[in-house]
Amino acid sequence: MRAQAKLGFILLLMPLLLWLTALIVIPHVDMFLISLRERVGVGEYATSTANYRTFLNEPLYLMTFARTAIMAVAATFITLLIAFPVSYYIAKMVKGRTQSALFLMCLVPFWVSELVRTFGWMILLRETGVFSSLLQWSGLVSGPVEMLYNDAAIMVGLVYTSMLFMVVPLVTTLESLDDSVIEAGYDLGGSGPSILREIIIPHATPGIVSGSIVVFMLSLGNYLTPTMLGGKDSLWFTELIYSQFIVRFNWELGAAFGFMLLILSSVIVWAMLRLTGQTLEKTMG
Amino acid sequence: MTPDLECVALTKRFDDATAVDNVDFAVPQGSFFSVLGPSGCGKTTIMRMIAGFLPPTSGDIRIKGRSMLNVPPNKRPVNMVFQHLALFPMMNIEDNIGYGLRRAGLPRADIARKVDGVLDRIGLPGVGKRKVHELSGGQKQRIAIARCMVLEPDVLLLDEPLGALDLKLREHMKIELKALQAAFDTTFVYITHDQSEALVMSDQIAVMNNGRFEQLGAARDLYYRPETAFVAGFVGDTNRWPAIVVRAEGDALQLRTDSGLTLHGASHGRALSAGDRADIYVRPEAIRVAHTGEELIHFDNRLSGQVTSILFNGAASRILFRDDEGRGEIEVTLPQSGEFAMLEKGARMHIGWSGAHGNCFAAGTGA
Repeated sequence: MRAQAKLGFILLLMPLLLWLTALIVIPHVDMFLISLRERVGVGEYATSTANYRTFLNEPLYLMTFARTAIMAVAATFITLLIAFPVSYYIAKMVKGRTQSALFLMCLVPFWVSELVRTFGWMILLRETGVFSSLLQWSGLVSGPVEMLYNDAAIMVGLVYTSMLFMVVPLVTTLESLDDSVIEAGYDLGGSGPSILREIIIPHATPGIVSGSIVVFMLSLGNYLTPTMLGGKDSLWFTELIYSQFIVRFNWELGAAFGFMLLILSSVIVWAMLRLTGQTLEKTMG
Repeated sequence: MTPDLECVALTKRFDDATAVDNVDFAVPQGSFFSVLGPSGCGKTTIMRMIAGFLPPTSGDIRIKGRSMLNVPPNKRPVNMVFQHLALFPMMNIEDNIGYGLRRAGLPRADIARKVDGVLDRIGLPGVGKRKVHELSGGQKQRIAIARCMVLEPDVLLLDEPLGALDLKLREHMKIELKALQAAFDTTFVYITHDQSEALVMSDQIAVMNNGRFEQLGAARDLYYRPETAFVAGFVGDTNRWPAIVVRAEGDALQLRTDSGLTLHGASHGRALSAGDRADIYVRPEAIRVAHTGEELIHFDNRLSGQVTSILFNGAASRILFRDDEGRGEIEVTLPQSGEFAMLEKGARMHIGWSGAHGNCFAAGTGA
């Protein structure tokens, strides 16, 4: 009986294990090995840290790396600021049908592909687009305005793409907060801001952290949005990886970049968990 | 002297339903006041209006003579112990109790002193650093009360706080709550659907039904002199017979029940005359049991029959009794002397009670 149960457990675990090994572990090990070799001749390779040195010595790479990190953190923060009141409204202020309807409305944009959604932003923001035409029509500006191809456009796109992934964990944690706990806060003399600070946010911390981790990872690794909405001055680190692998055919450097991105996201997530006193088990469980 | 809490013509309507209908009451300083009623009777609505979470449709709420109508909940001198206590799980005990004091802007040292003081008073010194989930149900209960009492409110509201506890602890907490109320000398307003909680603890009880107060009085008055059929049926256990009045002489009535019994009852000042339909309410403990009919000769209601069932419950044991013609079952409390301890099912018995114990109300007014 015990042996059977064990076999069943292993069989059930198999897809996960296969997935993890085939798609996560093997590529990363391979990528790490590739990143450590240097081409010394035609078809000749030597083990070296040359690729990492190139990364560290080239200001464009470092700057893009830092910019991507800062922008992704900022996008996460802005997403949180917008998603929190939205989630609070969905979880606490409305009930029943309205609640599910609002929740569904957050989900609806995800029925179309990210490409189409991003293209939607281009229609709105481009020189001949809706916003530009509206501004000209209302007489606020005299000529066409280009709102695409800058950091603000990327930010808008990233926040928009990530919103749902912040709203879902926030609504879940906020719903688990008993209304009477909030009422007790008022009853004992608390005001709105103090209840938010001392009761609601501490309770929602696991949701905030898990939402932020997901949004941060999605933003950091996003390729489509920065490519379509960003301009020449708005390079995203994933674009560098792409160009090394596909355009330059320099897999060695591309692999090193990929590894740097992995380290970056791990360090920032770890720092975020430490800062908020959460653990991965607590936020993801 | 102004009462601590006074409600004047308090009314609350939701859309077309009236939850609280023109309720008046005053609670004197330092007393234990209970609102007792079945679920959905509007008692929680009253409490939420006093706490400030619901605005009344009309009427006034005064605390120490001051109207509370436009005072938000966080500015009222009232605190509430919630049904599920609503302790803050993200804080330790100390911070829970100190929350209101911090909001009031007291210096840290004062807060620490007051928190320690109140923990001593509730008999839980030294638990300040513990987490909420580390305490037992009864301890949490006391913490929830301490969290309110540390703010020295004029009135403490308690919304069925014993509902979530097991029976043994609930019995224990009843006594403890009463003791805490005496120790803090604060006005308690207690909401419950459990009559024994209300009867044991309260100085005054209001029995509520369908948004109205049916009767307001001390526990003993409600129990022995119910003014309405609802109170007679809701407070305590009772035998009830639908009947028709055959003869009325002053307070004393003679009635014929629908099952065919002829019984004596009392109207206690209520208007009932011959030919009226009425319900007779008799408490199980008002009925005497005896082995022979002679022992009961002084009672005007006498029946003989047999025991159909024994409901053993220690000191509160009862029997179900059926008379010889089989006209319905009557619940009778056994005397605690142990005289009938060995009673068997099917035994022949005589029962009797005085007509004064048969409270009669006009039919159709009961629960």
